[in-house]
Amino acid sequence: MLAVQGLTRRFGGLTAVDRIDLAVEPGTLVSVIGPNGAGKTTLFNLIAGQDRPDAGRVALDGRDATGFSPERMARLGLARTFQHGRVFANLSVIENVLVGAHTRLRPGGPLREVMGALFRGGAEAPELREQALAVLARFGDRLLPRLDQPAFSLSYANRRRVEIARALMLRPRLLLLDEPTAGMNQTETAEMLALVRDLKAAGLTILLIEHKLDMVMQLSERVVVLDDGRRIAEGAPEAVRHDPRVVEAYLGASAVGRVPA
Amino acid sequence: MTWSSAFDYAVNGLIVGNIYALLAVGLALIFGVSHLINFAHGSVYTVGAYVGWAAITYLHTPLPVTVAIVLAVCALLGMAIERIGLRPLAGSARIAPLLATIGISLVLDQLVQLLASPDPRAVPAEVPDWRLAVGGGTIGALDLLIAAIGLISAAVLFGFLRWSRLGWAVRATAQDRDAARQMGVDVDAVNSTVFAIASALGGLSGLLVGMYYNHIDPGMSFQATLKGVVALVIGGMGNIPGAIAGSLLLGLTESFGVAFFGSSYRNLFAFVLLLLILLLRPEGLFSRGRSTPPEPLTGTFVAPSRPVLVPAWAIPAAGALFALLPFLVTTPYVLQVLANAWLYGLLALSLTLVAGTVGLVSLGHAGLLAIGAYASALLAMDRGVPVPLAVLGAGLITAVLGTLLTAPTFRLRGHYLSIATLGLGEIVALVILNWESLTRGPLGLFGIPPLAIGDLALDGVRETYWTALALLVAAAMLQQRLLASHLGRTWRAIREDDVAARASGVALFRYKAMAFAVSGFVAGVAGAVTAHMYSYINHETFTSQISVLALTMVILGGLGNVAGAVIGSVALISIPELLRASAEYRALLYGLTLLLLIRFRPQGALGTV
Repeated sequence: MLAVQGLTRRFGGLTAVDRIDLAVEPGTLVSVIGPNGAGKTTLFNLIAGQDRPDAGRVALDGRDATGFSPERMARLGLARTFQHGRVFANLSVIENVLVGAHTRLRPGGPLREVMGALFRGGAEAPELREQALAVLARFGDRLLPRLDQPAFSLSYANRRRVEIARALMLRPRLLLLDEPTAGMNQTETAEMLALVRDLKAAGLTILLIEHKLDMVMQLSERVVVLDDGRRIAEGAPEAVRHDPRVVEAYLGASAVGRVPA
Repeated sequence: MTWSSAFDYAVNGLIVGNIYALLAVGLALIFGVSHLINFAHGSVYTVGAYVGWAAITYLHTPLPVTVAIVLAVCALLGMAIERIGLRPLAGSARIAPLLATIGISLVLDQLVQLLASPDPRAVPAEVPDWRLAVGGGTIGALDLLIAAIGLISAAVLFGFLRWSRLGWAVRATAQDRDAARQMGVDVDAVNSTVFAIASALGGLSGLLVGMYYNHIDPGMSFQATLKGVVALVIGGMGNIPGAIAGSLLLGLTESFGVAFFGSSYRNLFAFVLLLLILLLRPEGLFSRGRSTPPEPLTGTFVAPSRPVLVPAWAIPAAGALFALLPFLVTTPYVLQVLANAWLYGLLALSLTLVAGTVGLVSLGHAGLLAIGAYASALLAMDRGVPVPLAVLGAGLITAVLGTLLTAPTFRLRGHYLSIATLGLGEIVALVILNWESLTRGPLGLFGIPPLAIGDLALDGVRETYWTALALLVAAAMLQQRLLASHLGRTWRAIREDDVAARASGVALFRYKAMAFAVSGFVAGVAGAVTAHMYSYINHETFTSQISVLALTMVILGGLGNVAGAVIGSVALISIPELLRASAEYRALLYGLTLLLLIRFRPQGALGTV
């Protein structure tokens, strides 16, 4: 589904992403791990269009998508979340999720869209709202009781959930999750794990950045390890876990031989 | 052009550039440490000019004493601006300090006008009258004095930043405010110092301009701010040597531009240059390479707020009530004031859509009014189009022209967009002034046909009132519908976080263009109706003060808030009338309102929608 070849991004003298290759097969979950500053988020930005690569290619379904704008990638069925959670602060929970449906509404030309909004108003709302509620129901009663609260009033964990709900509302074919459990406690992390597992079971293709390695081990078909912008290991979770280069990157040279937590 | 006149134009350009440099260096210093474009800078410059004039006229001070007095008074004024207007705003929305400086500028300008009268004054140049003949051209003593002051100021500033402890602190703060604070730099003191230095130089610049042209007036501040900002943008924001080079370049461009095209084109060059630089090289002419793209920001543009929800029926209900008013009130004055408020309400609706709902804080919205007014008037006068069709046509023309003019600015963010739209507003007025074959130029348009539908004349007080009210209610209801739709949601999402909006598939350009088209239509209709009501308009009918007033209304009501925009316009138009305030006090009141709102209630009366 997603194929990345030789992707490179330099910031001044620093090469944040250095000739990365990556392939994600349909229906699988691939995790990208690595220490802070390894280039994981930059890689996501290059794939999803927030940033343009200096070299290399991105292909979606075998078709070139290098340097496409984020909105074009979204129309091609790619949805993503952001590392620190980006919600629309003054929009309510349900409105945030409804914005996620943007690519599925076909308003026609700009004039037609304005006229449609003037004369049909919120006519598309009922079924769209049902869909949004169904997406929100995936998070149990975390978000459903807070439908009309502005996003700025939510807890950090709930904002992350809203962001994921917004991404799901796009009905993506490929979902990029950037540290979905950051700042979550054990219970919340377990909930997130169950949610991602459900999404995967439903056939969604997922690329995941995550620091909590037990989650990565449980969910991933394959794991890609980055360090200093380079890919230092790739393979099945168990194989990667015991790779000495990975252990070294995470814990430093002296820790080689021990198993990371 | 002969050699000697070319020499004179060059000298004139460099002298004027030197004066701009004193302004621009201050703006660059302030931008460097606080990332703020100080719109009050031109007002300090005006104060400097008037303080100098007062000292020379009443105290008969010799030049060095005059300069010292101006420097001291303006330095104190700068510190006061920082202390009152900016320090309390630390941590508020990024646009807040910029708006606060606009408020301060209004207040200062009006105070100058109240204290010194609006009439122009002559400032005696306290220098000998000789001129040196140099290679066919001449250089006067005043020219040399200005050049010397420019050079000395630059040298002193360089030395201060390079070798003094406080100078180091200023540079450290400019590079990384938080880190500097961590290292024990008193950032407040740095800000205060920077404002003092910048304002002292700005005031000196005002004094020199007064001497150079032998003319000062309270209206000179706005142009000065704009020129300083243009020079700042040319040189690269916060880049001090760049600001000096940009000023000289601007001075030369203007001087030769005036030589070739005439003086009414002077400002056009400045603003076209501003737009070109903003669009083509937003980092300025003199910075190396492109800077790394900033990390996606997680902050939002507007302060979080919970809006007061006005039910959908409230607007037509209020409209119906006000429609009955002409039967109860017999004084035409009340109806005239309210009709004016309804028209401003249309403008505020138009502005709150782009500035509030989409977060594009336009400072040139009066330009759209002007386009609509001229379009409708010319359609009716030159083409014989019936007035209602002309008004409609003006709305469409403004929608198209407004969108085309602003489209290049859509990739700018925050302050840059505000400056660019400010420049655009000025450009519209200057094009109207100079395109004489179409617009009759400085004469303006006389005898614009009054409002009428067929044989039904609408130019009576009551009819005008009802027409404006009907348009306002219709526009407000339509705008409510837009906001309630997916389109409205998309606009607000762009305002809150454009990166996240794009990741959801929102094409920013398309939606910004749609917002400006809708906004342009409403503003165009408002301008058109105004033109037919006034029967006379010229290039100065729709000034940037109207843009600022409209923005104050929008903030007063709550960004993006339809009911709020109407309430804001009614309040700001009718309260000064209730107080029977004269024009100067009215502007003072507007400035104070803007300042107090930003300080104490940035979400406005009804909150951000």
